[in-house]
Amino acid sequence: MLDYPVGVAIKEIINENSNVKTFVLDAQLDAKPGQFIMVWIPRIDEKPFSLSKISGDIAITVQKKGKATEKMHEMRAGEVLGIRGPYGNGFDAGKARSACIVAGGIGAAPLVPLAEALQNPEFILGARTKNDLLFEERLKKCSELYITTDDGSAGEKGFNTQVLERLLGEGEKFDAVFCCGPEPMMRRVFEICESHKIPLQASLERFMKCGGLGICGQCSVNGIRVCADGPVFGNEMLKKMLEFGNSARLKTGRKVPLKEYAEWRQK
Amino acid sequence: MLEVDLCNLRLKNPTILASGILGVSRELLQRVSDSGAGAATIKSITLNPREGHHNPTIIGFEAGIMNAVGYSNAGIEEAKKEFADLSGIKIPIIASIVAEKPEEFALLAGEIDSLHQFSAIELPLSCPHTPGFGLLAGQGTPEATSAITNAVREKTRLPIFVKLSPNVPGIGELAKSAEKAGASAITAVNTLGPGMLIDINSRKPVLDFKCGGISGPALRPVAVRCVYDVYESVKIPIIGVGGILTGRDAIEMILAGATAIGIGSGIYYRGMNIFAQVCREMEMWMKKNKVKSLEEIRGQAHA
Ligand SMILES: Cc1cc2nc3c(=O)[nH]c(=O)nc-3n(C[C@H](O)[C@H](O)[C@H](O)COP(=O)(O)O)c2cc1C
Ligand code: FES
Repeated sequence: MLDYPVGVAIKEIINENSNVKTFVLDAQLDAKPGQFIMVWIPRIDEKPFSLSKISGDIAITVQKKGKATEKMHEMRAGEVLGIRGPYGNGFDAGKARSACIVAGGIGAAPLVPLAEALQNPEFILGARTKNDLLFEERLKKCSELYITTDDGSAGEKGFNTQVLERLLGEGEKFDAVFCCGPEPMMRRVFEICESHKIPLQASLERFMKCGGLGICGQCSVNGIRVCADGPVFGNEMLKKMLEFGNSARLKTGRKVPLKEYAEWRQK
Repeated sequence: MLEVDLCNLRLKNPTILASGILGVSRELLQRVSDSGAGAATIKSITLNPREGHHNPTIIGFEAGIMNAVGYSNAGIEEAKKEFADLSGIKIPIIASIVAEKPEEFALLAGEIDSLHQFSAIELPLSCPHTPGFGLLAGQGTPEATSAITNAVREKTRLPIFVKLSPNVPGIGELAKSAEKAGASAITAVNTLGPGMLIDINSRKPVLDFKCGGISGPALRPVAVRCVYDVYESVKIPIIGVGGILTGRDAIEMILAGATAIGIGSGIYYRGMNIFAQVCREMEMWMKKNKVKSLEEIRGQAHA
């Protein structure tokens, strides 16, 4: 097993918006939508990123927040990042015939390759403002796209979860819902899916150390490892994960309210 | 068939979760117990919270795992909350404490003892990659080993497991000084090295701390030799740790003299089910070889 970072060159950098860049890497992997790689920025840090492109050269999409991602945003094509993986279970697109995908902010990254693998799913893309919307062009080609922004600068004003509720209220029958985004949003999607008895697959995020090796316990949510048992969880697992939407662990391992964790992750 | 008595702790089988692997929460200990382990050790805790080294901290390579986690943990106060009630877990849970000075070890031992949740206390005096602790603080000498073990012995009647490093000139002598100072068992061993891996494309060491301790298969023959040496030097039981992945590896450790065996990196290779798998493989070997208890074969490699 090769589970140490191997240096690969950045092939191309795409500016998604003022705060988000996609890095196409000189690497191909046999991976599934929803799986992640550990990315090493030599001398700075190592962090998990889900794959935002899988066929051909792989890509990751990176929002600038904190030291490591700031450094990545300064990098140019030709420079080297270390990668290991892919890790995690990924989404199970298997039997879905009429799927709905709910994405919030940078959470859209792992959901784009999923949308491309499904047959014309409904895709609800939520962001804070028009400038924060991601992958609009790619998504228009493969899905029935709904857009929401918090301030109404594009699409509908409000939350992506409101669109999900409305579609269900109008009698749409989804046989699968997939989501990734801020955890309070995912918690809400979970509640909606539970009350409509729809199978959900949600992709969770936690601070990681061994990232995918499943041995350190840092990423655990009620004893369940996000890096090795997830990062994608279904309804039954989510029901057991009482910390989902409520708390997460800092680098010391201390469990804190989700809000405090999110603030720390911005640094 | 697999039951063992370790310092009066009755283990249903000899497999023990090694410290630093998964043992950061009550719920993970519960899961390890559900997976069939005979006992479990928590990740080492310190007096104050620690963030540890920067990532990359843990990587896998061709022959094992290399880590420089650097004792990240939430500190004793949080640990007291996290492990306040372990009564639902049906296997013995071993505390692991690390500190910079004997008095600090004693203080932590007192706190652990008064929680009444743990069955034993392990003292790793052997980490090769954390400034202030273990080998980098000179805790791997006979003098320091006695001083720390003595200080802890005064604070608790719980069994004390002293965890030794393979990176010392005479592990037998070290084990003797621990035994004399009141250790109840020896855990052998902690990680090997430290080692280093360099990425040839970025031309930089991969671990942020540059070097780290080696565990998994690369460590196993070294660990077996250490257990063999310790068995020749002391009367107290030994917990053999290092690269155990299969029932065969566990039997090998017992032949070298171990009473129980620790499993850490093995979880990376075989998942959490490794405890049940190792037990099944040991039983199969025992049946085939008409061995009725582990007592029968303990230390047989010395005959
Ligand atoms: C990621 C990792 C973290 C560890 N942390 C600790 C620790 O906190 N305390 C300790 O005594 N040993 C620690 N160890 C050492 C293990 O307990 C064990 O002695 C060593 O890994 C050899 O066993 P193995 O080959 O089965 O992993 C750690 C090992 C690894 C791989
Ligand atoms: S990050 Fe180590 S178990 Fe998940």
